[in-house]
Amino acid sequence: MQLSRDDLKRAYRGMSTIRAFEERVDKEFALGNIPGFAHVYLGQEASGIGVCFDLSDEDQIGSTHRGHGHCIAKGCDVKGMMLEIMGKAGGLCGGKGGSMHIADMSKGMLGANAIVGGSPPIAVGAALTQKLLKTGKVAVAFSGDGASNQGTTFEALNMAVVLGVPAIFAFENNGYGEHTAASYAVGAPSIAERAKSFGMPAEVVDGSDFFAVHDAMGRALERGRAGEGPYALEIVCSRFLGHFVGDPQAYRLPEELAQARANDPLARFRTKVTEASLLDDADLNAIDAEVLAQIEEAVALAIAAPRPDLSTLEQDVYVRY
Amino acid sequence: MARKSYRQAINEALRQEMRRDSKVIVIGEDVAGGQGASGETGGVGGVFGVTGGLYKEFGPERVIDTPISESAIIGAASGAALTGMRPVAEIMFVDFVGVCFDQIYNQAAKFRYMFGGKAKTPMVIRTMIGAGFRAGAQHSQTLHPLFTMIPGLKVVMPSNAYDAKGLLINAIRDDDPVIFMESKVLYDTEMEVPDEAYRIAFGEANIAREGKDLTFVAFGPMVPRALAVAEVLAKDGVSVEVIDPRTTSPLDEDAILDSVGKTGRLVVIDESPPRCSLAADVAAMVASKGFRSLKAPIGQVTCPHTPVPFAPNLEDEFLPNPRRIEEAARAALSWR
Ligand SMILES: Cc1ncc(C[n+]2csc(CCOP(=O)(O)OP(=O)(O)O)c2C)c(N)n1
Ligand SMILES: [Mg+2]
Repeated sequence: MQLSRDDLKRAYRGMSTIRAFEERVDKEFALGNIPGFAHVYLGQEASGIGVCFDLSDEDQIGSTHRGHGHCIAKGCDVKGMMLEIMGKAGGLCGGKGGSMHIADMSKGMLGANAIVGGSPPIAVGAALTQKLLKTGKVAVAFSGDGASNQGTTFEALNMAVVLGVPAIFAFENNGYGEHTAASYAVGAPSIAERAKSFGMPAEVVDGSDFFAVHDAMGRALERGRAGEGPYALEIVCSRFLGHFVGDPQAYRLPEELAQARANDPLARFRTKVTEASLLDDADLNAIDAEVLAQIEEAVALAIAAPRPDLSTLEQDVYVRY
Repeated sequence: MARKSYRQAINEALRQEMRRDSKVIVIGEDVAGGQGASGETGGVGGVFGVTGGLYKEFGPERVIDTPISESAIIGAASGAALTGMRPVAEIMFVDFVGVCFDQIYNQAAKFRYMFGGKAKTPMVIRTMIGAGFRAGAQHSQTLHPLFTMIPGLKVVMPSNAYDAKGLLINAIRDDDPVIFMESKVLYDTEMEVPDEAYRIAFGEANIAREGKDLTFVAFGPMVPRALAVAEVLAKDGVSVEVIDPRTTSPLDEDAILDSVGKTGRLVVIDESPPRCSLAADVAAMVASKGFRSLKAPIGQVTCPHTPVPFAPNLEDEFLPNPRRIEEAARAALSWR
């Protein structure tokens, strides 16, 4: 599909926002401003943006513990996200969710998910709604290579085929589930092959190339919107950092980490669009600068914000004892 | 004897049992770590380092990294147990039992009874429990009441390093499925722990502090909190006895009843939502079996009936905190 200059700028802005947001999360975590754990999406930006690029607010996604990039790609407010991640009042979930549970129903963001394999069945249900209400919209389940081994995922793949729902399974294969390589833990030749064996079309995509992800997602969307059933993408990408912020990663050699950085999705996008004279460096640098200012503002706001009021502890429950 | 952390005590128990009996195996996610990766294999030893070094000593056949497939982990452990091995399976956070609960309560827990006493399932499920880590609603639960109510399971909640070692060794040598609940906030707590292997029997409470005016019963991570509040009350001349049942099933009812027989006043401290908690369970037991001893209504300090909130201030308020424990104690003492 041909993308306009504005489209290209929007794509780059999305990836740049994720990059700046996550680099800042990494830093704020080290400074002690982020409680708990954080799993950042650095290196996988092209996947989230490529998958979500043509989705509307009425299309839905289910996400993972590594969900910040998906949230941004689906249009969640970065201020609300930063407040949530820092556990502050005004966060997208009022500070009750945290990094692993950011959700925004108004954006079709059905929640990050701290249970590996939690999202695929939920996405099947959302896709069932789309089918029954004849909306022509889809539901996407983001999952990792690790999550592809979970029983809930197998059940969801099969049921999506049986019910013929417009679910799109976006498997982000970043090579690792925590500290174990996908080459060890995924028994099948590929996740795409496995998905095919369940009875749906599936393809392996270069997840560091925004254009490849966007094209493949276009095929998945076409099938979903036409009511022809589910689709699976195995999006091969790299995790620049550890599983969680602070993971020392002795299980990965420095050469491997360097190779991941050499395949940086933002750099590849830049080379492609500048070489084709679609955008120039100045356009992209201007976006980077705007994004950085936006993230700076979000962080300043979140650091200054108060903790949630204690009265919210027992809010949103239907009974108290 | 040397000072060891709760984490080291558990690691030592695993190592010593694996040396003693080649049928003991460890199976779970990243219990070794680095399988199939470009760098070091076996250097992770669990997300909190509890199984550290076991891979180097025992190798991939006995320290088995699995895919993220909890049903298969628990099912495989119970199948191996049924056929002669003594697996120690790990469910990293207890919250993840949701995806494999059938293999625990319909399968492993039932074999011995349902097969007419002809089957043995000597397996341990090690799992991490508890809030206070800012880990959010799906990584912070305790869920011990869920396991405690299932016939066929033994449920262990060690509150200190010494108990952790002796209880884990006992669990591994036990012929029934045991849920071994490690408190993540206690991993770095240290105390004197003997170097040699020793067993602590199930169903035998530890009297963590002797007293005569009031009894605290507390479980797992709540024991250190109960002891701290007992210390505060001691300054006011109140003598609190702190009972740590160590296992919720079997439960040492006699130790609790004896203590209440002496003090007449009871506060149960339990990190759980209130309904069907161990606090409610112990209170019901004492109300029916120790009614004559009671001089005051039984206090129950639990969490509210909510998921675990993320924001630090909400989570601290969610937990049975020292303020709430002390208030309950004073309420029990004020009753004449
Ligand atoms: C049911 C369940 N099991 C285990 C975990 C612990 N855990 C959190 S993330 C993770 C690895 C997930 O790997 P993958 O699906 O590849 O996602 P990635 O982290 O690479 O994005 C594991 C094992 C969990 N959160 N939920
Ligand atoms: Mg992965």
